[in-house]
Amino acid sequence: MAKKQIMFTFPQDLITEPIIYNLSQRFKVVTNIRRADISENKGWVVLELEGDESEIERSIAWVTGKGVRVDPVVGDIVEG
Amino acid sequence: MSFATALRCRKCGQEYPLQPQSLCNFCLSPLEVTYDYQAMAKAVTRDKIAGGPRSMWRYRDLLPVESEAVDIGAGLTPLVKADNLGRELGLDQLYIKNDCLNPSYSFKDRAVAVAIAKAREFGLDTIACASTGNLAASAAAHAAKADMKAYVFVPADVEPGKLIGAAIYKPVLVSVNGNYDDVNRLCAEVARRYKWGFININLRPYYAEGSKTLGYEVVEQLGWRAPDCIVCPAASGLLFTRVGKALDEFSMLGLTDPVNTRLFVSQAAGSAPIANAFLAGSQHIHPVKPDTLVRSIAIGNPADGYYALRVARQSGGGAGTVTDEEAIAGVKLLAQTEGIFAEAAGGVVIGVLKKLAAAEVIKRDAVTVALITGAGPRTQEILSSVVQPITVQPNLQSLEEALGVVA
Repeated sequence: MAKKQIMFTFPQDLITEPIIYNLSQRFKVVTNIRRADISENKGWVVLELEGDESEIERSIAWVTGKGVRVDPVVGDIVEG
Repeated sequence: MSFATALRCRKCGQEYPLQPQSLCNFCLSPLEVTYDYQAMAKAVTRDKIAGGPRSMWRYRDLLPVESEAVDIGAGLTPLVKADNLGRELGLDQLYIKNDCLNPSYSFKDRAVAVAIAKAREFGLDTIACASTGNLAASAAAHAAKADMKAYVFVPADVEPGKLIGAAIYKPVLVSVNGNYDDVNRLCAEVARRYKWGFININLRPYYAEGSKTLGYEVVEQLGWRAPDCIVCPAASGLLFTRVGKALDEFSMLGLTDPVNTRLFVSQAAGSAPIANAFLAGSQHIHPVKPDTLVRSIAIGNPADGYYALRVARQSGGGAGTVTDEEAIAGVKLLAQTEGIFAEAAGGVVIGVLKKLAAAEVIKRDAVTVALITGAGPRTQEILSSVVQPITVQPNLQSLEEALGVVA
């Protein structure tokens, strides 16, 4: 089992969709929210995903395809 | 012995021992080194600092390093009064902190020096980073001095010429077939799997502390006085927050009067998540996809962005952006008025400073310091248009005709 700590950033049109619930229904991935801030315009959620590496990757690809931006919690690692 | 006591979560306050770790296990927020400031205050004096080494290590008592420094001569770079540039911008008390003059030509040497010393203390024999420029060069240079193995990860599409400044120190250069996001993802996995000191992941809290020395120096070089305004470039926001921390610490330790310095973030418009949030009045940083020539500060998802935003607001400072063209104009203006050849990030600082002065957000009589954090030659290809020679035949007549002069 692997764990991945990531941040989802939601555009306005996805704020009302239960994306994280759907993700956990669709994939064998445990979602564990640690921090979040959602407004009517935008929202972000910092969470940990736990499951098989390949299942986590598939779930991230799915959520990205829905229009959610996915970033590592540590921020961008590549620096100038 | 250092006065560092623990790593503390900047969000929830949870504490951890001093170890290679950058995120809180509970809320996944960044960790920061904390100190016993009471004990530190008894040990640190202006005279002791002034009598210390002519490098960043004169501030050793304010850093979390226990062991011998890995010293390639970082720090104590010049703070120059910039009268020519000041006249152009309408600022009477403008100073340039010229951090181009670090051993690997950028401020990163300050941060890496501390990170690598800690890596050695933690018993790590390998360090790593992902960078195409300043960080790569600094990490590789310090690893060479510390006799440690270094891995530098770069996206495969980076021109080989950009990597010479790091490759010369002979790190293991890993070219990743993918874009910046792919390299980010791979490095996060590498950091989890291997017991390496990853400079800006598990060593990040220590890396951050080294950046404070830039702020300390500005104050000491101004005669133990914090300036009225500082304009600072921002990528991850780490330097910006630590310059603020440096000023606060000097004040807390009684080395300066209470600080009222206004701190201004400067970013390239094509990669400005921090400045955009400030200008929009937002509480949170929304990541962007960088699209700018100013590669050295092109970070779309800034790890310290939220905290940088807070420092800008709490200090009564601000934020500004410039286009790539304005950044290049800023590089030229600094070079042609003060003789300092900065990288494009320096042009961003000058461009934003120009706007702040023109709008009188920064007043003419304010003691203002512009932080120039990296040297120009590493990215000189963006300035090729400045080379416009006058071509002459090898005789005086041809020369005098071309120049329009008479002997």
